[in-house]
Amino acid sequence: MSDQPFALWVYLSQTPLLWLTVTLGAYVVADRISHATKRNPLCNPVLMAVVLIALVLWGTATSYPVYFEGAKFVHFLLGPATVALAIPLYENRRIVMRALLPMLMALVIGSVTAIVSAVWIAQLLGVPRQILVSLAPKSVTAPVAMGITETLGGDPALTAILVMLTGVIGSIMVTPLMNALGMTDWRARGFSVGLASHGIGTARAFQVHSLAGTFAGIAMALNALVTALLLPVILRLILS
Amino acid sequence: MIASLTLILFCQLVGEVIARGLGWPIPGPVLGMIVMLAALGVRDRIRKYRPAFGRQVDATGQGLLAHLSLLFIPAGVGVMQRLDILTEYGWALLVALVVSTFITLVVTVLAFVFVSRLTETSARGGEGSSARE
Repeated sequence: MSDQPFALWVYLSQTPLLWLTVTLGAYVVADRISHATKRNPLCNPVLMAVVLIALVLWGTATSYPVYFEGAKFVHFLLGPATVALAIPLYENRRIVMRALLPMLMALVIGSVTAIVSAVWIAQLLGVPRQILVSLAPKSVTAPVAMGITETLGGDPALTAILVMLTGVIGSIMVTPLMNALGMTDWRARGFSVGLASHGIGTARAFQVHSLAGTFAGIAMALNALVTALLLPVILRLILS
Repeated sequence: MIASLTLILFCQLVGEVIARGLGWPIPGPVLGMIVMLAALGVRDRIRKYRPAFGRQVDATGQGLLAHLSLLFIPAGVGVMQRLDILTEYGWALLVALVVSTFITLVVTVLAFVFVSRLTETSARGGEGSSARE
């Protein structure tokens, strides 16, 4: 008799349905909290949802592979979402063309800076080479960064966390930093946060100003392309 | 909507086939993004004759991108398996992230502003000048 709830749990905990529901549910809760705090960057919905789910998994002694069986349906959509980044980029092609030179310069300089500075600082602090590979694409949007790490033999899960932290750090930093620097060009402000902090930075930029958000989205898409192309070469140069 | 989703998946498929087929160290979806850009260009050509062609693609793409942050969560939970790395190198990695993000923000915004002042001395700003289109 008393076995029944336990048997039900054994069944549910092994099906994708439960963990898919938990993933979406945690996101809804985290998103509500983020909304209630007026999108305070410290209350990042992704980080909150991750902590929430990790606590549930820890509390129910569920392993990550079992969880991922359900969550993989959400995870799969990262690929199509990367492809869909072409849509805003295409829509904004006239803005891109009009500011082409400043964007290209900022893109190449910023992209190289993001990779080299992170790897060098971590290397100085004694982080081993294998982890440096997973750190290098930290400014790139998660699906692309994880793809890059995987192709170069790093650890995509670690990259996912470092990418998210970078997003949160950048979206907290950007507004006070840009104000302190006296930057008034919304295009430049948006572009830099999109490049340094991908989607999380872009979301932050859209809250501040729609033009900044547009440029942040463009920077995120372009930096994903440029980093995917440059990173294998740069890593070979600085890690040898 | 299904047609648009098929197009997006098809672009990703083409990207994966190219990346893996040629052994390029570039993620397939990134190449898929380039294929998608080309597809949108072709769509707009066809639209000159059939104005309603492919109108759904924008809405489908926006639907996918609206909750982009949800899509990172499953991978993010994977940190559970990496707690050993984080306890050992967590501080070093955090310092690297904070300092590197700071430098990247400053360098990028300065590069953008510097070049835009050099090249746009006559036509300022990106907002008001869209009347010509």
